[in-house]
Amino acid sequence: MTIRKKDIEKIAHLARINISQEESQKLENKLVGIMSLIDKMQTVDTANIEPMSHALDISQPLRKDEVTESDLRKNILPLAPETEEYLFIVPQVIE
Amino acid sequence: MLNLSLQSLALHLEKKTFSSAELTQFFLGRIKQHNPSLNAFISIDEEKSLTMAKKADELIAKGKKSTLTGIPVAQKDIFCSQGWPTTCGSKMLENFIAPYDAMVIEKFNEVGAVNIGKTNMDEFAMGSSNETSYFGPVKNPWNLDLVPGGSSGGSASAIAARLAPAATGTDTGGSIRQPASLCGFTGLKPTYGLVSRYGMIAFASSLDQAGPMAISAEDCALLMNVMSGHDKRDSTSIERDKEDYGSKLNSSIKGLKIGIPKEFFGEGLDSSVHTLIDAAIDQYKKLGAEIIEISLPNNHLAIPVYYVIAPAEASSNLSRYDGVRYGYRTKEYDDLTDMYFKTRQEGFGEEVKRRILIGTYVLSAGYYDAYYLKAQKIRRLISEDFTNAFKQCDVIMGPSAPSVAFNAGEKKEDPLAMYMQDIYTISTNLAGLPAMSIPAGFVSNLPVGLQLIGNYFTEAKLLNIAHSFQKNTDWHLKSAKGFE
Repeated sequence: MTIRKKDIEKIAHLARINISQEESQKLENKLVGIMSLIDKMQTVDTANIEPMSHALDISQPLRKDEVTESDLRKNILPLAPETEEYLFIVPQVIE
Repeated sequence: MLNLSLQSLALHLEKKTFSSAELTQFFLGRIKQHNPSLNAFISIDEEKSLTMAKKADELIAKGKKSTLTGIPVAQKDIFCSQGWPTTCGSKMLENFIAPYDAMVIEKFNEVGAVNIGKTNMDEFAMGSSNETSYFGPVKNPWNLDLVPGGSSGGSASAIAARLAPAATGTDTGGSIRQPASLCGFTGLKPTYGLVSRYGMIAFASSLDQAGPMAISAEDCALLMNVMSGHDKRDSTSIERDKEDYGSKLNSSIKGLKIGIPKEFFGEGLDSSVHTLIDAAIDQYKKLGAEIIEISLPNNHLAIPVYYVIAPAEASSNLSRYDGVRYGYRTKEYDDLTDMYFKTRQEGFGEEVKRRILIGTYVLSAGYYDAYYLKAQKIRRLISEDFTNAFKQCDVIMGPSAPSVAFNAGEKKEDPLAMYMQDIYTISTNLAGLPAMSIPAGFVSNLPVGLQLIGNYFTEAKLLNIAHSFQKNTDWHLKSAKGFE
């Protein structure tokens, strides 16, 4: 399976990244190379093999749904590019 | 103060030969002198570091000290450090001041270690040469035309140039061990889950692991004692009893069974590196170890598998950079969607965008089974290779990297060549195993690292094996010309 220009447009859209025309050609060449490296996997027979998502077989720990840290607003909001009172500001989305 | 072990620095601090403030000032002076040519640090804050040092001196005066109290430690700029810029090598976080401490930082603060500055790194830890940093490439102290390796290249360059006596790094596919090899010092990637990832900016969460970088195995043991430990804020943090990683340093290694994987010595390995690794293994034989030939038959699949799993996890982790809550936001935009698209186009560098796109592709509808699921299945095969190998041996040895440090710019435009740098390190990240790189000699005045891979949770044993070598060799004590 090789990656084509229209695939790149589609995934760039999904990833919310603009790709300029000049970036696009360079990117295509490199992604084609990387995907051919990845395709070496296809020669391996993996029937009946359990996928491994994690290095150690541990289960996800659970905790009580309790507030452990509160009132962090004054630490967090100043990091945002644009705020008003206690809100993050984004371009208007609802008319 | 230069070239001393952490243990002897601690003794001097205790005896008051010099204070932590003096020690800190000394290393800040070295950073000021050498950083313009090395670019190892992204940020230093003299005032903050000296305040920490003075506090440490008070602790020492009160007799309330641990070994690392008052010792300067360089922190990779991937660890959130409250009040410090924490950039992860990216324009996206250029102006980000961390509002809290990572667990690793918290632990060093608790014992009164001094943060001597934040070190340069490949952007979001994606790279093997430290050339993808938004803040410019890092230089290798052994030869300024060469790369230091990556992604923990700033920490590596800092240790090799003796700009700090200790540093932290992170290793997702080799990012502690390959730079340790290329810059000639000791680095340890612990078992996955031993050091908390809390506050460590995420790249590929099932592979990322923090670890120590220092001159010797002895120093790394002291750093591990501080860094490791369970943390409920990281859901993959391992719960186990606290261990003294230095407790076995001087144990005998007579009868140690060393597995040599034939796959680590094939095509692609530089012949002069091969010769040095053979010599290092011979040294172990002289120390009483037994050599066993083993096989890791699926190792050649580690890079393809890694370049599915790591980008997949990265594409998900890096979706948080949206220009809304923190980080970079583009200057001009029409609407919300346009803001996302331009923010991420301008805020991320080329390599990061490439990996986000690959990750998005392998996870997208119609390709998930063929790529992501397939990679996870082969990840199990790679991991089982190690399980089988450790039935026959106690430790696995081979090269850390296929060559010595290479020229800046040489592989920058060729991702496939760059990715091959991690051919011997990636499989241990996929399996979650601990591994080290220790200095094993020089090829044309450039350092070569020997890799030691252990079974799960055998860090103390690995450090013992490394220390035994370092008691009988002095490769790890050599420093680069101009930085002695």
